[in-house]
Amino acid sequence: MTTEAATIGLTHSGSEDTGLGDRGPQSKSIVVPYGFWLFVLSDMVLFSALFATYASLVHATDGGPTTNQLFDRNLVAIETMALLLSSFVCGLAMITAKRANMLWTQVWLVLTGVLGLVFLGIELHEFASMIAEGAPPQRSAFLSSFFTLVGCHGAHVTAGLMWLGTMMAQIWAKGFREDIVRRLLCFSIFWHALDIIWVAIFTIVYLIGTLP
Amino acid sequence: MNLLGKLTWHAIPFDQPIALVTGLVVVLALGAILGWITVKGHWPYLWHEYITSTDHKRIGIMYIVLALVMLMRGFADAIMMRAQQTVAIGQSQGYLPPEHYDQIFSAHGTIMIFFMAMPFIIGLMNFVVPLQLGVRDVAFPTMNNVSFWLTASGALLINVSLVVGEFARTGWLAFPPLSEKAFSPGVGVDYYLVALQISGVGTLLTGVNFVTTILKIRAPGMSYLRMPVFCWTSLASNLLIIAAFPILTATLAMLMLDRYLGFHFFTNDGGGNSMLYMNLIWAWGHPEVYILVLPAFGTFSEVVSTFSGKPLFGYRSMVFATLAICIISFMVWLHHFFTMGAGADVNAIFGIASMVIAVPTGVKIFNWLFTMYGGRVRFTVPMHYALGFIVTFAIGGLTGVLLAIPPVDFVVHNSLFLVAHFHNVIIGAVVFGVMAGYTYWFPKAFGFTLDERIGKAVFWCWFIGFYLAFMPLYVLGLFGATRRMQHIPDASWEPWLIVAMIGALFVLAAIVLTVVQLIHSIKTRDQRRDITGDPWDGRTLEWLTLSPPPHYNFAVLPDVHGEEAYWTRKQTAIKLDRLIDEPDYKPIEMPINTPTGVICAFFASVCGFAVIWYIWWLAILGLIGAFAVFVWYAWRDEHEHVIPVEEVKANARERRRIRQEHLQSLSQSV
Repeated sequence: MTTEAATIGLTHSGSEDTGLGDRGPQSKSIVVPYGFWLFVLSDMVLFSALFATYASLVHATDGGPTTNQLFDRNLVAIETMALLLSSFVCGLAMITAKRANMLWTQVWLVLTGVLGLVFLGIELHEFASMIAEGAPPQRSAFLSSFFTLVGCHGAHVTAGLMWLGTMMAQIWAKGFREDIVRRLLCFSIFWHALDIIWVAIFTIVYLIGTLP
Repeated sequence: MNLLGKLTWHAIPFDQPIALVTGLVVVLALGAILGWITVKGHWPYLWHEYITSTDHKRIGIMYIVLALVMLMRGFADAIMMRAQQTVAIGQSQGYLPPEHYDQIFSAHGTIMIFFMAMPFIIGLMNFVVPLQLGVRDVAFPTMNNVSFWLTASGALLINVSLVVGEFARTGWLAFPPLSEKAFSPGVGVDYYLVALQISGVGTLLTGVNFVTTILKIRAPGMSYLRMPVFCWTSLASNLLIIAAFPILTATLAMLMLDRYLGFHFFTNDGGGNSMLYMNLIWAWGHPEVYILVLPAFGTFSEVVSTFSGKPLFGYRSMVFATLAICIISFMVWLHHFFTMGAGADVNAIFGIASMVIAVPTGVKIFNWLFTMYGGRVRFTVPMHYALGFIVTFAIGGLTGVLLAIPPVDFVVHNSLFLVAHFHNVIIGAVVFGVMAGYTYWFPKAFGFTLDERIGKAVFWCWFIGFYLAFMPLYVLGLFGATRRMQHIPDASWEPWLIVAMIGALFVLAAIVLTVVQLIHSIKTRDQRRDITGDPWDGRTLEWLTLSPPPHYNFAVLPDVHGEEAYWTRKQTAIKLDRLIDEPDYKPIEMPINTPTGVICAFFASVCGFAVIWYIWWLAILGLIGAFAVFVWYAWRDEHEHVIPVEEVKANARERRRIRQEHLQSLSQSV
């Protein structure tokens, strides 16, 4: 009797393991980054819509300037280096945060932010000079899609910097509490994801755009 | 500089009596309800138990209340259109001028899809999914609350457009170039864009929340292929939300840039391409259809299985069919504009893909039929909807296959035939589905069932009303009647339009009777109490707990054995004539309430309204406010409150006592 009851679930002897991770709800340290990953994926879909738009409008210049006349490979190279380095430094911050080292975590996070600001500064400089040269987004469909795609990435970097500032203040005020370190992990996922998108922008917009 | 942007007294439609009177009535009704709540002193209760609640059940109920209110608003638009088309024939111009009529059909579509169907579906998922998975809440309870309030914020802005300014006159998807600044200079399209952007964020967060919940938070033993089909269809639907809604956000953002900053994405000049908008919007729009219909399929699966007293026929094929639909739904968007002129090859591929999607859908239909076959079918209200759905949806599916043939589509494109087709599938599947779900899960939410007799009357009104209202439109479509006509030039169409009007009156009766049913059921609730928590002899875990369930759903998370977790356990208990051994109760940690969602939505509404009317200082203030709330919320130290073990134990013992009595009454009757 009891064995039958046990096999069909009238006791609390624990469930059989079906080998698919069915041992009940996962812990927060898994659930939170997982959910954040899904959000990042949705963000990638957003960018893919902008990439598709750019790809279909890149030649719709309406007699205005084309990619070859606008982009400066050297400037973009520096910009890219700044962003990739920022990601690397952010990784260092994660390592020191795991060791609960306040000084070095804050140092690396400041550096992450500074490199992000350098990236953003170069981007804004590029935008400003394009507008000054008579290539504002209102000029043609190509420029509309260029400013929107690259600008959307820039807006993400800006939001990331605001998040970074909040995180630094929070770590300072509350220390390396479990939920705050989890939040920092989410931030670093976000920051690295922006790199992936930038690499695609670098290739599709700038490299292909400056082919002779 | 003008502090109020474009907003002046001219925004109030003093010269349009219909809009003004409707607006006044709505404002008065709203004022009356708020006043009643204040006088009765219900605010503290509402604030603590609903508005700030992180409980997935309460949030689900709020979604469904929003959906029912919006159903009335959307239907008011519908019956005005039907009335206009019935009278504006030949010499008569009817009572609605074209600019007003155009706003009404745009508002009808927008409200019915985004603020009726979506909240209803999401509300059902919210209420049911955690219970069916045997867990205590969704993965991100606070975000769930934020999602709801952002949706409500979008609904608010759409309805504000009724009295302040105007609504879009562009149809429910705001196709450019008509929706561009050059052709729609007013604030109507801006209302549309801003409201959908805000509610779209809410929907996206819901998608993230539910995919995480279903994939990561399930009761012990609840492996993927043991999840109820409703959970599977919810998973598919939310995966589609994650993959499709960002496209909508991007597309609407580009249209906003065109309108606000003079960009050239979809304009006629500057190299813009309006067909790009069609592609992007339907790359979201077609999956959206399945976001709505898949959970409805899931509801019918639960209903048919429960009321046939049998396990669902072909459970695994149902799961595969769901996922097949989920994937193919992304490969058919071009069938919404075969007439674009993409060429025979492209049209053929998309035509075939559209027909292919009928295959998994057919699998599902046969599974439901075979579930009923040989079962002991109980003809309850949800079962009425299920049967009405199978018949109606089959017809809608067949006209869909017809429309998937590009040459046929060229003939009936943009005609009333198309209007009849999508109402056929959306009313036949989504509306019948949510009404079935509403009736089926109502006792779980409130502890008493809805009145059966009135419920059946509601069903028959919907069923008859649908056929009378839309079958004539198929005929008119074949006669060549295009959609969205403010005036009917051909007097010979009049009889068909009168029949359609009668159908609309039947639907009106259905909606009125739904309200009557609710009030009557509340008044006579003591006669229909659901004592056991299992009023329908159910098979899935939501029927394991009491009705209404405690905040934490389950005192201990159930151990799941086999596909029908609750049914197996129930049958064993009956066979052995004893309940499960009493478990070891532990204190339960539950997330605390938070006003973050409602404050966030307040700032979103303010900011949205400011953007619509070009009041830039207010928009910036709204953004700063939203960011401040975000930081303030992130600063919290307390996340959860603990329900003491004594309380858990007392509640659980009460449930065991009720179940024990029920078990005894069962064995006595045997």
